[in-house]
Amino acid sequence: MPITYTSGEQVEVYRFSIPATIGIPLLALFLQAFVPRRFPSFAYLDLPLLVTIFFGISRRNPISGLLTGAVIGLVQDSLGGLPLGLYGISKTVVGFLASSLGVKLDVENAGARFLVTLGFYIVHAAVYFTVARGLVSLNLAWSWRNGILAGLANAVVGMVLYFVLDKFKQRT
Amino acid sequence: MESVLGRYRNLIVLVGVLFLQVLGLAVQVKRGNDVQNTRLIRVWAVGAIAPFERGLVWIENSTGNLWHNYFYLRGVRVENRQLKEQIEQMRLEQVRLREDAAQAHRLQALLAFKEQFAAKTVAAQIIGSSGSDLSRIVSIDKGKNAGIEPGMAVITADGVVGKVLLADSSLSQVLLINDQSSGVGVILEKSRLQGVLRGTPNGEVTLERLMSDEQVNPGETVLTSGGDQVFPKGLPVGTVTKVGTGKDLFLSIKVKPAANLSKLEEVLVLVEKQQREATAEETGHTRAADILAQRLPSVPDKPAQAADSATGAPAEPGKPASSANAGPKAAGTAGAPKTASTPGAAATGSKAPASPDKPGVARPAQAKPPAQPSTSPSTQPPASPKPAADQDIPD
Repeated sequence: MPITYTSGEQVEVYRFSIPATIGIPLLALFLQAFVPRRFPSFAYLDLPLLVTIFFGISRRNPISGLLTGAVIGLVQDSLGGLPLGLYGISKTVVGFLASSLGVKLDVENAGARFLVTLGFYIVHAAVYFTVARGLVSLNLAWSWRNGILAGLANAVVGMVLYFVLDKFKQRT
Repeated sequence: MESVLGRYRNLIVLVGVLFLQVLGLAVQVKRGNDVQNTRLIRVWAVGAIAPFERGLVWIENSTGNLWHNYFYLRGVRVENRQLKEQIEQMRLEQVRLREDAAQAHRLQALLAFKEQFAAKTVAAQIIGSSGSDLSRIVSIDKGKNAGIEPGMAVITADGVVGKVLLADSSLSQVLLINDQSSGVGVILEKSRLQGVLRGTPNGEVTLERLMSDEQVNPGETVLTSGGDQVFPKGLPVGTVTKVGTGKDLFLSIKVKPAANLSKLEEVLVLVEKQQREATAEETGHTRAADILAQRLPSVPDKPAQAADSATGAPAEPGKPASSANAGPKAAGTAGAPKTASTPGAAATGSKAPASPDKPGVARPAQAKPPAQPSTSPSTQPPASPKPAADQDIPD
């Protein structure tokens, strides 16, 4: 079973160097802004979300996770034309849940990460959709098919990305 | 109390952060989601990303230029020849269109129409996008330093792209026409029906505000109407692809944008528009025959002789007499090919009159009578500025 229940003492908590803490989210945001210009389908991936999940489950600190999600989300909002806070709120929730989950569960292996990323992608999409419809009155249409397909794509990319990002982990 | 705070610390922080963001959202929604309200944050965010994007675009362009301009030149000669032929064809077409345009100007002047046109544009390069499939925004590498301001129209040679949403000193954000918050005043080319072009959440473009009893056919071209005060009238926007019944007695019309919005590279920003009354400009007419005549071989001009010829001074021995002052218009006036007015041709005429039957050798221009005024613009030859120049050429 890829996901194992652990006590708080059993799980390892990681930290990241300052350059990695700033550089990785910035790089994710940059790629998210730059690559869809060449490959429009890339917009279905959400690299900033994957980075939020990664930092959340690695640091295992809910406050750190939610703040990371909030900052990354707000910067992502700033790059678009929609009101600030749509991605901010969604990623705050995901950052909090990811780090809370990281405290309870060991999600270090690929299978666990795949399922966690898929789940969080759907949570993120649901929160975004709710806020966009409820607060901003955006005319969005929910599609389970698109949501799950995009979630699967993000989960697959996430597995590879997390493997790369593991190299930046530092034990506390 | 402290233990409760400590126990629920994470949740309290979460609720606090969420509350702040919801509050911020509510304020933005109440103010009408004007990006100017959050301009500073957006500029910082784009400014943080832009240097990387600029660098990558530079590398991408340099590599592409090196490949295309130095290595991959297959078929360039053939293409060059084809393009030259195409230019010749287009020049002939241009003559015809110029006549039409002149006629249109005269009619507009008669009706005292105001015409709006793009007076100045700034070319810019796309360096990034919003990265979200819900927000269709791109970043360009020019900003206020280049004269760009929010609200300016952004176009390509193919058609309308969008308008400037936010402008910083050296970069700007452009809201594309397929974003759900954009709107463009448009008119259908054939039926002349006016409507509003809007984007949809999934990036499509629809034409709204057309009643369901109107007749709109797929394939019809959509142009800007100028009614939105952003885009000048008559710019191509797209083509109608699908017409269906929409809500509230309106048609549901899908439009394919003329510009490829998903693969934009360079755009033009209309930094200056001018509105002026239409005037019938009396420009010199060029006839198709003149264009054809330019293709004929001729002896190159010698400007020094032009002055001599204009003052009526006789040509020095060994130097051909010139009728350069007569210029192309004189040639047109005389009805002879343009080459007839070149110094070489005139000299040939003066010393050894060229045979009209001989192809490629022009006849002397003075052999023709002066132009007679005509009422028809298409047949009226332009008045020669100095017809005497032709007559000064000694036999």
